[in-house]
Amino acid sequence: MNIVVCVKQVPDTYEEKKLSDADKTLDREGVEGVMNELDEYAVEEALRLKEAHGGEVTILTVGPEKAVETIRKALSMGADAAVHVVDPALHGSDALATSYALAQALGTIQHDLVILGVESTDARMSVVPAMLAERTGAAQLSFARKVEVNGSTVKIERQTDTGYDVVEAQTPAIVSVVEKINEPRYPSFKGIMAAKKKPLTTLSVADAGIDTSKVGLGGSGTSVAEFAARPPKQAGTIVKDEGDGGVKLAEFLASQKII
Amino acid sequence: MAEVLVLVEHFEGAPKKVTLELLTLARSLGEPSAVYVGAGYDNAKAVLAEYGAQKVYIAADGELDNYIIAPKAEVLAQIVGSASPAAVLIPSSPEGKEIAARLAVKLDSGIITDAVGVSDGFVCDQSIFGGGYTVKSQVSKGTPVITVRPNSTPPEPSPATPVEEQVAVSLSDAAKKAKVLERVSEKKGGRPELTEAEIVVSGGRGLGSGEHFALIEKFADSLGAAVGASRAATDAGWYPHQNQVGQTGKTVSPQLYIAVGISGAIQHRAGMQTSKTIVAINKDPEAPIFELVDFGVVGDLFDVVPQVTEQIEARKG
Repeated sequence: MNIVVCVKQVPDTYEEKKLSDADKTLDREGVEGVMNELDEYAVEEALRLKEAHGGEVTILTVGPEKAVETIRKALSMGADAAVHVVDPALHGSDALATSYALAQALGTIQHDLVILGVESTDARMSVVPAMLAERTGAAQLSFARKVEVNGSTVKIERQTDTGYDVVEAQTPAIVSVVEKINEPRYPSFKGIMAAKKKPLTTLSVADAGIDTSKVGLGGSGTSVAEFAARPPKQAGTIVKDEGDGGVKLAEFLASQKII
Repeated sequence: MAEVLVLVEHFEGAPKKVTLELLTLARSLGEPSAVYVGAGYDNAKAVLAEYGAQKVYIAADGELDNYIIAPKAEVLAQIVGSASPAAVLIPSSPEGKEIAARLAVKLDSGIITDAVGVSDGFVCDQSIFGGGYTVKSQVSKGTPVITVRPNSTPPEPSPATPVEEQVAVSLSDAAKKAKVLERVSEKKGGRPELTEAEIVVSGGRGLGSGEHFALIEKFADSLGAAVGASRAATDAGWYPHQNQVGQTGKTVSPQLYIAVGISGAIQHRAGMQTSKTIVAINKDPEAPIFELVDFGVVGDLFDVVPQVTEQIEARKG
């Protein structure tokens, strides 16, 4: 079972994110980049499947030079190899364009399964897994909170608002995972050292067979007309509980006609 | 006026509130046509008419319910192909966003998710980075595919007599790859769904244990609210993961959000910052959540929550 894990470098979840005035895209330079948290679960799940069923785990990233930090982390967790598609032509790609670039790059790597987080913590669209399934013709097994592989059959528990659906497909399949699925491992010192020697292939858009008219700001299907930072919120009323905090809160709710 | 498609999100035929919101929104943009996929249309018929659907496309083949996501995207693509609507509006639920994703690829159209408003020319308002920015964006390629967050438009009835059109579907093999073997419900009680609720009461680390969530549930029930939880609480296993509000969980935008024992780290704020009215109960006066509140109580939640619950129940008489 050969697995590709798509990972994305995003601004640190615990930092404020900013839009660039120049081209209205997320400022990725001015912030600490980390692996999208939900992708850590994807890497972990791939490693567990590899441990149980054999095969290779390859990391795939489409992103700027800096994203190599995230690739190294995935390799140090235990992935075998990585492919990094990096090209100035990709800057500003929206989800539609990014999914196209990823799908083209996937075509260069032999695989049975693709695993990724359900969404990135920056854009939060949660559309790329479904787009990849649509583009590649692979089965869509998304929002997995449990994955079972038996030969070429993959069965997941798909998380829903009210519980879960049991969904089954044959490989090749695109699996997106929710954070409940596992507990990602920390890279060991040995893993970090070994990661430096693992094969990392860098592809330009031409190498990956990506048509530049379909990526970047120009190739995207959406555009941002304007944006504004949220005005700071006016200070609210804060009371100290002196035995009547609940009463005061009820009075506030009544004043707002909520109760 | 141009046709605007609205995908009906329903539970066994009963349209969810967000569908009525989308029909209301679509009326301001063009002529709303509802697209109903799956069994149970008879349960939806009257409501779709009441909220102003001029037309209803019905794809009722029972086979459509046996697979996830792809069949609905195929049905929509087929209707877009024949009707050439001005845009497609889809509820911004996890399923809705994935349907929209596949549809956008099929149509090679731009997609905007999580719109909180849509105006003339299908200019979408979005609130991004956890409410840190408001953005106006537009689809620049193909038929706009837009997913709209629940609670973005107040639903208003406008009775109509829709024309019904049955849609014959022959699913492609690609749409039948992910087969549903079983649907399992783990829903507790009759509380509203988190993303659709008018009021959300969430509990966090301050509760100290899963058992103490009973306090939150009782408080929520007094208000008819949904129950949420911070990541600290879901990570600790105190409350189900699907109830997590925050950057790695759900985004909610209710009329009233009450954070109990939640400090308000950016991880949490990203999921609730756009709520209309925000209330917090926390014993730490320095907790960042107090920067967001309209009303805050600095105190022990184990004193304040039972008291406010009792007060609310008493006011109901």
